[in-house]
Amino acid sequence: MNILETLGMYLSYPFVRYALIVGVLIALCSSLLGVTLVLKRFSFIGDGLSHVAFGAFAIAAVLEVSNEMLVVLPLTVLCAVLLLRMGQNTKIRGDAAIAMLSVGALAIGYLLMNIFSTSSNLSGDVCSSLFGSTSILTLTLGEVILCVVLSVIVIAVFVFFYHKIFAVTFDESFAQATGTDAKKYNLMIAVIVAVIIVLAMNLVGSLLISALIIFPALSAMRLFRSFLSVTICSAILSVCCALIGILGSILWATPVGSTIVAVDIAAFLICWLIDRVRA
Amino acid sequence: MALITCRGLTLGYEGTVLVENLHFSIGAGDYLCIVGENGSGKSTLIRTLLHLQEPMKGEVIEGDGLRRNEIGYLPQQTLIQRDFPASVREIVLSGCQGRMGFRPFYGPQEKELAARSMEQLGIADLRRRCYRELSGGQQQRVLLARALCATRKVLLLDEPISGLDPKAAMDMYELIAALNRDEKITIIMVSHDMTSIRYATHILHVGDEWFYGTREEYLQSPAGIYFAGVHAEETAAAESSAEEQEGGEEE
Repeated sequence: MNILETLGMYLSYPFVRYALIVGVLIALCSSLLGVTLVLKRFSFIGDGLSHVAFGAFAIAAVLEVSNEMLVVLPLTVLCAVLLLRMGQNTKIRGDAAIAMLSVGALAIGYLLMNIFSTSSNLSGDVCSSLFGSTSILTLTLGEVILCVVLSVIVIAVFVFFYHKIFAVTFDESFAQATGTDAKKYNLMIAVIVAVIIVLAMNLVGSLLISALIIFPALSAMRLFRSFLSVTICSAILSVCCALIGILGSILWATPVGSTIVAVDIAAFLICWLIDRVRA
Repeated sequence: MALITCRGLTLGYEGTVLVENLHFSIGAGDYLCIVGENGSGKSTLIRTLLHLQEPMKGEVIEGDGLRRNEIGYLPQQTLIQRDFPASVREIVLSGCQGRMGFRPFYGPQEKELAARSMEQLGIADLRRRCYRELSGGQQQRVLLARALCATRKVLLLDEPISGLDPKAAMDMYELIAALNRDEKITIIMVSHDMTSIRYATHILHVGDEWFYGTREEYLQSPAGIYFAGVHAEETAAAESSAEEQEGGEEE
């Protein structure tokens, strides 16, 4: 059986189609915000928040909440807002605050899971929420719809506020001084990032989310010189890498999350080379 | 009625007072130069004038039909901007953001305004270029064009010539003077370079002993005489080193 036939066979299963839809949407959303985060020197907020989301999952598991999202989403959003506030506080620097919250949530999450675990395969559970798992292949229709709705909201908000996000990213003081409420838009960005991270946990797991946010943006910045072209290129790259990664992981039976990230890294290296050759 | 009036301003941060009981006002068409040593409170004063920060005491009052966020601001370059992938046009257009309200996309009016500002500052042919690949002088013009999109009443310039070579610095001063003269735009400029006061109508010297008055009064005042003296030495030193460099190039 050649590769195309194999793919065709897999694509006839609804769970593979669900995985592709969710994967592409999450890759798209994360790459859009990635450009802003990288430029604002907030690359690590993704990392920090994803660990918070891991901790929140642990709490949800311990409390045996039926729908984990109800706990994870509000907690992550809350931490995103807190991190942003702390970033402005001079006593604890932004990066230190993120590092603190990040490892703190990771440790507490693992501790909680250990103490209150009801599962027989604890390390399997932990590993899958850190590195993503086959869980993207076990999505239910409800989860897919939730993901689609949230993604559409994120994309719509991004397009609608695109010029304001640009203004706030390029120069916060100027924007604030000339009547754009920079603080409000920073808050909005933080909330959207939190939503994307919670969505992306299913796909690549909490350790690899930063890669989805950072790599496409960095790759696009090697190739293009205007904000619009960087944003569009980053989105296209991210979607392509996610598609190749998911299909590849099915074909070669590799873990979904790390395969996508590996493809992202390869794309970055290619872009870097092109930039080098050009210069 | 003055455009901006400061009454009894006390500036500082976290309990440290930098300037006390500052009184001054800026009228339409004025060219005010704010001078003072580093750390004397110039930056704090700017942030206060822009309402980015609250004064410890006193108040800043806008008058003469000037609204709070109608001060065009030329900030010092930040680290973020140095490698920011953005075209000149994108940056200049972002100056229109204040007048957009909730409209998501720029209309013909904003595009026209941006085009006019770029034309005026002689950067129209750079519109598609990437900001980070421009020279320091060109970058400053881009940021100035952006400020002109935000307002045509008052411009607040924070060290507009820092990092520019002498030629680009002089061009920048001429450009600002022309905006003040021809467009009747009120200029507030922060500088620690004494050459800058050549064009000013008023001077505010910030420090332990602050001074506010016209340029002529300032040059007669103790602060002005001292500052001008220090500057003369600096200029002489800078000129002799510049000559040495030129001599080196000829060889």
